[in-house]
Amino acid sequence: MSVETIVRAEFETVAREQEKTLTGLSDDTVLLESGLDSLCFAIIVARLEDQLGVDPFTASEDVYFPVTMGDFIKFYQDAAA
Amino acid sequence: MQRPESLRAAIAGSHADLLGRHLHVNLAEMGRVLTADLTGARVLLRTSDQLFAALALIELDGVAARIVICPPDVKPDHLPSVIERAAIDVVVGEDPALALEGMRFEELHPPVPGAAVAVSRKTEWVLFTSGTTGAPKMVAHTLEGLTGAIRPATADDVVWGTFYDIRRYGGLQILLRALLGHASLILSDANEDVAGFLARLAPVTHLTGTPSHWRRALMSPANARVNPRYVRLSGEIADQAVLDSLKARFPEAAIGHAYASTEAGVGFEVTDGLEGFPASFIGRPGAVEMKVENGTLHIRSPRTASEYVGGGALLNDGWVDTTDMVEQRGARFYFVGRTGGIINVGGLKINPEEVEAVINRHPDVRASRVSGRKNPITGAIVVADIVANDNATLKEEILALCREKLPAFKVPAMLRVVPALELTAGGKISRA
Repeated sequence: MSVETIVRAEFETVAREQEKTLTGLSDDTVLLESGLDSLCFAIIVARLEDQLGVDPFTASEDVYFPVTMGDFIKFYQDAAA
Repeated sequence: MQRPESLRAAIAGSHADLLGRHLHVNLAEMGRVLTADLTGARVLLRTSDQLFAALALIELDGVAARIVICPPDVKPDHLPSVIERAAIDVVVGEDPALALEGMRFEELHPPVPGAAVAVSRKTEWVLFTSGTTGAPKMVAHTLEGLTGAIRPATADDVVWGTFYDIRRYGGLQILLRALLGHASLILSDANEDVAGFLARLAPVTHLTGTPSHWRRALMSPANARVNPRYVRLSGEIADQAVLDSLKARFPEAAIGHAYASTEAGVGFEVTDGLEGFPASFIGRPGAVEMKVENGTLHIRSPRTASEYVGGGALLNDGWVDTTDMVEQRGARFYFVGRTGGIINVGGLKINPEEVEAVINRHPDVRASRVSGRKNPITGAIVVADIVANDNATLKEEILALCREKLPAFKVPAMLRVVPALELTAGGKISRA
């Protein structure tokens, strides 16, 4: 499975578990407008670390917080590469 | 700084605004928000909207004997015990739906003209601590102690904004700073998204929140609309990454991270842009004394809470053990976690035993261990290891039980079924 597929699946799973409604997950969706809250993102980052073996938020030397879904996926693709 | 006799006295002459999402109040037109005179009453302040809580505090400080400020996420199940321990006479809120059975209820309304009730006493301010098992613990403060760290305003164009809720210690500090400084304050609404709130924050000069609040704001393109000249973080460990990202985003702003807790009050502020705090803070003279004992930071100051309401010692010879563990490296101390396994999720503290007690109610669970897992978004998340007779719906059932009994931030984000949990020599679940 590609990084993108895994990331998208995790968004769907966490939204369902946390009883949130995703408003859309296109590349230009702003993460904070996706219907998820900080706790959801925290859970997604932890699960992705288990699945992909990377936490680009902690690993990255640059200080950077992704804004859109596209940024987020690229953040993980770059880290996993 | 001259300490005010009451909050009402402190805002005399102020033309500042309190700005909620739906309600705007100019303090020059404060008037009355309660019809009844609650002189001498012990009040449980239970509001949906934090702006109403602010208005009630202005009206009741110096009037009520005790005000217990209920934060937004307290479960109604816990309120009977709060009412009993704090000997509450009356519940105050802006909506009759907030009334509690068998209790007198007084309804808050938007300010109407009217003379303030005469100030007749020092009101005891009671705040809930987080991170306790079962019914919340409450600590008693005075207005004098709560405002002890507030310096006189140095500018007259200050507009405060805060991601905190003013019904908890960190947010209450910002409310008091704004009121004493005759500065306006913009408050969030429970049903408002981050972008909507950031849009309303455009006028702020001073903006405050936990590191987790700030990380969330940095993830929102709507942060382009705010340009504070003072940025403050507290309530969680501010790591170098969040300090650096804020410096990059707000290069002109003064950025400070403060150490404060509901029990210990405001300890200190660090303004050099680096995580941790200078070792010279330990043992330095001043109103706030600090020492490190058994690896944890201890604070003694006039700003600490005086006692737990309903019993329990808080102070040891005037010192509060913050249970925050620190480690010295060179000329600096760094925060390295908390004793007792307390988990800090975005500034909200969780006692693992409280979550374990809920999980253990499930008939198929034999044992559980709840712990914090480090997280770059919220500082930590709650995870649980469970020994149980596994079945297809076990995890769902446990999570449903937790969601029913606990606020969302305390519900484990990850559940793992394990064959056994390691025990200590004393037969307790090992938390190492």
